[in-house]
Amino acid sequence: MSQQDSTIELLTGRNRLNKKSRVPARLDFLQSVTGLILALFILFHILFESSILFGKDAMYTLTKLFEGEPFIEGGEPLIISVLAFVIFAVFILHALIAMRKFPSSYREYQRYRAHSKLLKHSDTNLWFIQISTGFMMFFLGSIHLYTMMTQPQNIGPFASSDRVYSDVAWPMYLMLLVSVVLHAGVGVYRLIIKWGVLDGNDPRANRKISRKVMKAAVLFYLLVGIASLFAYMKIGYEHQNEYGGRYMEKSK
Amino acid sequence: MPEQKNQEEEFREIEITVFRYNPQDKTSTPEYQTYTLTETPGMTLYIALSKLWATQDHSLSFDFVCRAGICGSCSMVVNGKPRLACKTRTNEFKDGKITLLPLPAFKHIKDLSVDTGNWMNGMSKKVESWIHAKEETDNSVLEKPVEPEVADAVFELDRCIECGICLASCSTKIMNDDFIGAVGLNRSARFAIDPHDERSDEDFYELIGDDNGIFGCMSLMGCEDHCPKDLPLQTKIAYMRRKMVKL
Repeated sequence: MSQQDSTIELLTGRNRLNKKSRVPARLDFLQSVTGLILALFILFHILFESSILFGKDAMYTLTKLFEGEPFIEGGEPLIISVLAFVIFAVFILHALIAMRKFPSSYREYQRYRAHSKLLKHSDTNLWFIQISTGFMMFFLGSIHLYTMMTQPQNIGPFASSDRVYSDVAWPMYLMLLVSVVLHAGVGVYRLIIKWGVLDGNDPRANRKISRKVMKAAVLFYLLVGIASLFAYMKIGYEHQNEYGGRYMEKSK
Repeated sequence: MPEQKNQEEEFREIEITVFRYNPQDKTSTPEYQTYTLTETPGMTLYIALSKLWATQDHSLSFDFVCRAGICGSCSMVVNGKPRLACKTRTNEFKDGKITLLPLPAFKHIKDLSVDTGNWMNGMSKKVESWIHAKEETDNSVLEKPVEPEVADAVFELDRCIECGICLASCSTKIMNDDFIGAVGLNRSARFAIDPHDERSDEDFYELIGDDNGIFGCMSLMGCEDHCPKDLPLQTKIAYMRRKMVKL
């Protein structure tokens, strides 16, 4: 957009053709798309990460698979760096766009909170969960993604467990897990409502079903995530005297 | 008359707590005032308030017109939920305690009375809430026929009574006074599906294509869940959003 074009919009709220900007439409769509990408990513990420529940070998094999071992001997952690970078970019874009909906002054926040406490309306309360968890993830998500970008070689049954236990990353991972699962679950439910994708012949009944499925999925992912975190902590505790040592497959 | 006495004993006392404030009066301070009233069979909040006004407090202000859930004048917040006073029975509150507040999101006039009319008028102008046709309508000639399903869909959305409950249930409206809310988006959808209206999607974008319109809606569904007329707000807002985003 040229300087003149943006000045015209500044003065009139419209473009040269006396039309409204299409940017709000693009932002609305982009917020949903980036949110959906991140939700799908997290859906698989937590499942892959829970491979530790099936043993160290299972987690090790999966890690090496993501490092491209079938094609690159020994695997290439840089692949993880690139993936983390892409996710970080989508994450930042989503945060940037979604931020515009946050209450941005005392007055807005006071009115929103007082109103939602008065109303006691389930979906309005869900949004509070979303903005709270979203805010937390500005920091927690950034720490995790930066670590994955810069230390992709430190992923594995022992390396991850050492980070979780000996490097005391578990409080951060626990908070991140709860935040991301709630945020993604509520977010996907709201996407369904927002775009009317599952309205069918009875939108009200289908909305109730979507809510139930969302709650069940959140519970499932929280349980799987917490169980995995516990498994990493147990391995980390047992491995603390050999901190820094790397896992070798039993077969090797 | 023992029978009559027994009947009277069955009527319980209810407590109605009302928000009292007159922004016009500089000496007035916001406060809650509790009244006690004998509940009668079939009593609605409208009847209860009228009785309070007639027998206890002539200074109490509240609005009503039709008493039948059609005019939308008597909307107020009842124990936290925006509702129509004339369609709310007192006996649904088992503990007999009812707190009444004016609708938030509108200009407060006094006590339970708010100005929804001027806001609705402004909204109607913003979304150009009338049929737009290139040819001038000749009232002496029959209108072009419309498919019954389409006419039904239009009539369904026309059932909105502009009570303001959707706006009083909406977090976006609470934070942004310029948001046109479900009532405005429903109105746009009503004209968008009406074949008599010749406006294009681009034309509707000019009216609702910003954060005070369709993109301000966060899909929290307060409107859908509190609408006293059960309008299909969820689906119609999504319908307009899909249309506007495609442009």
